[in-house]
Amino acid sequence: MKLSGGDLLMRALKDEGVKFIFGYPGGAALHIYDSIFKQKAFEHILVRHEQGATHAADGYSRATGKPGVALVTSGPGATNAITGLATAFMDSIPLVVISGQVQSHLIGTDSFQETDMIGISRPIVKHSFIVQNTQDIPRIVQEAFHIATTGRPGPVVIDIPKDKTDPSQLFEYKRAKEISLRSYQPRVFPHPGQIKKASKKILSAERPVIYAGGGVILGNAHKELIALNKLLKAPVTNTLMGLGAYPAKDKYFMGMLGMHGTYQANMAMHNADVIIAIGARFDDRITNTPSMFAPNAKIVHIDVDPASISKIINADIPIVGQVKESLIALIKEIKRSKIKIDSEALDQWNMQISQWREKHGLDHDLYLSKIKSSMIAPQVVVQELYHATQGNAFVTSDVGQHQMFVAQYYHFNKPRRWINSGGLGTMGFGLPAAMGVKLAFPKQEVVCVTGEGSIQMCIQELSTCLQYNLPIKIININNEALGMVRQWQDMNYGGRHSASTYSDSLPDFVKLAQSYGHVGMKVTKQSQLKKTLEKAFAMKDRLVFIDVYVDPNEHVYPMLVAPNGSMQDMWIKKNTKA
Amino acid sequence: MKRIISILIENKPGALARVVGLFHQRGYNIETLNVGPVFDGSFSRMTVTTRGSENDVEQITKQINKIIDVIKVSDLTEGDHHEYEFIMIKFKHSEKIQKILKSLNGKIHEKNNDAMVMSAWGSSSDIEAAIKSMGKVNLLEVARSGSIGLHEGEKVLKI
Ligand SMILES: Cc1ncc(C[n+]2csc(CCOP(=O)(O)OP(=O)(O)O)c2C)c(N)n1
Ligand SMILES: [Mg+2]
Repeated sequence: MKLSGGDLLMRALKDEGVKFIFGYPGGAALHIYDSIFKQKAFEHILVRHEQGATHAADGYSRATGKPGVALVTSGPGATNAITGLATAFMDSIPLVVISGQVQSHLIGTDSFQETDMIGISRPIVKHSFIVQNTQDIPRIVQEAFHIATTGRPGPVVIDIPKDKTDPSQLFEYKRAKEISLRSYQPRVFPHPGQIKKASKKILSAERPVIYAGGGVILGNAHKELIALNKLLKAPVTNTLMGLGAYPAKDKYFMGMLGMHGTYQANMAMHNADVIIAIGARFDDRITNTPSMFAPNAKIVHIDVDPASISKIINADIPIVGQVKESLIALIKEIKRSKIKIDSEALDQWNMQISQWREKHGLDHDLYLSKIKSSMIAPQVVVQELYHATQGNAFVTSDVGQHQMFVAQYYHFNKPRRWINSGGLGTMGFGLPAAMGVKLAFPKQEVVCVTGEGSIQMCIQELSTCLQYNLPIKIININNEALGMVRQWQDMNYGGRHSASTYSDSLPDFVKLAQSYGHVGMKVTKQSQLKKTLEKAFAMKDRLVFIDVYVDPNEHVYPMLVAPNGSMQDMWIKKNTKA
Repeated sequence: MKRIISILIENKPGALARVVGLFHQRGYNIETLNVGPVFDGSFSRMTVTTRGSENDVEQITKQINKIIDVIKVSDLTEGDHHEYEFIMIKFKHSEKIQKILKSLNGKIHEKNNDAMVMSAWGSSSDIEAAIKSMGKVNLLEVARSGSIGLHEGEKVLKI
């Protein structure tokens, strides 16, 4: 049977196993939308802004490990998708974003709603395609999914001129059995010689640290990471993107590292003799001043992307390969090796870390001691949330202090439960991302922890949540300010709060939620917090927006001292360096 | 230090722009750029000259390698190599310029009452020096191909 370009696209998406498409229609995409109307393989979710479509597809992908798909029209539809593409690109999330384009013969003429989507998106995609022949659509879709999901994953754009989906032009559907691109052969297996060298170096370490990032989650290698540390008994820290890659409840876990990492994790990094970096990229939010980074450490760096290795910090033993395959090889080599871990040195090292933890570690019982004070501490909101959900929820977040408080105080024991924009730091990500997660896991608790600043960047998606009945729980940590900005102004700009406050003009979030057809709740006193959360979570089939007014003067600590600081230079509370 | 980077890439629309764009995105400058189809025409070979440290070039070649359309990348300056550049020059009659170009495999393409067109080729440093020594007075127009080059010996950039 011959199919139109639009129907070829449907067939190709179906064959990729797509279950949801997040999109928004418009002129250049109308043939495609007509094809969507006629198919049953997947559900189309109509968002309220194309940014929401890309973030929802992104959240779906982060939670499931499968590629997310978004569909937008040309021009403004395409440009609205750019923030979501950049967000996915920075965090290596596999997305396929399909954009309508003006008809081929109009390209380059400044025609109505024409934008050079390939050009605009070029620096923030893994790859992009423009459809030149309708019959190529199935191959292009197949290649797009292949490229998005293999190697270091990332977003791929397919730009389709309207005439290529013309319903009157019909073509045969052909799908290749497998794809092989001569110019794209990502490395899977590590070099055995490097694995040997790494094993030797790691086993003779006295002060090793495992520094694991989002690559462990993307590479589905958390089991291997746990297995590795059964052998090594080394302290482990996760990056913001890696939280959940190693269980937070494990005794070797030190918490997050970096800018707002724990005291013990940052101290351990600085004083390590061997750092085993796994699927992490030595981001500037981790290393602080690179020339002062971990002065005595040899670096073993495992990553699927050779360009991530020795980019910021030189790797002494680079290992290029999929994280899972690399860890399997490393575990095998360690088991075979005659060298044994230095238990005595490790005991001492782990003891040192316990001492650091006791000295300046995060107060995990804050929620007990603060219960009587009237102002709610934002950290306590996260702790209460953790208890209310038994630590099992999928938690999405936006960007700011609230995001860091979740990273610090919600203990993720499983991968793919913590969903946030780490690399780009995109305010507005949390709610649409939660929609993607909730669609994928309708029976699981999905919570969006946000700030009153961030939530207003994609608030319109509350309408989408009503249309598709997505009972997400939104916890708005309301400090009546762009809290993270204000914190920097407090610390570096003499407390001049330039353009970071708006307490007189905030909406009534309870009424706002209600006007979108949801439930709104407001908490202003510590004593109401626990009960309100319980009440909200008991409403299984309703979206509940919980507006929690917190102490606006709270800062996120620890915080690395910058500029010209190393990882051991930290503020541990207001005006106090460690 | 000057670097000559050779890139074998799919001859597809937009592929060139991905490479050129990447230099800018990653904060590197392109000094010269040459590109043309090779083999069966489904490949292009690009030669880019840039300046940077060992680390810079390692990073830039790794990043170029990540471009999906790129098949192979090699830093010619890493080892022994051949490197040439081709120029065409239009100038007001000048014995001096003619002589300089003659010493660089020069060839006359056009000669009329007041101007000449000549081509020449040589290593880009010789070309650079030649252009400098011509002075500005009689020079009307210069077109440069940018460096192209190959590895010495058995090493080839091929699929
Ligand atoms: C789209 C976007 N614009 C600006 C910023 C810069 N920024 C980072 S945190 C922040 C404040 C966020 O305020 P809010 O959501 O209320 O969170 P809080 O820090 O108060 O918890 C801002 C403006 C950003 N990350 N993203
Ligand atoms: Mg705020």
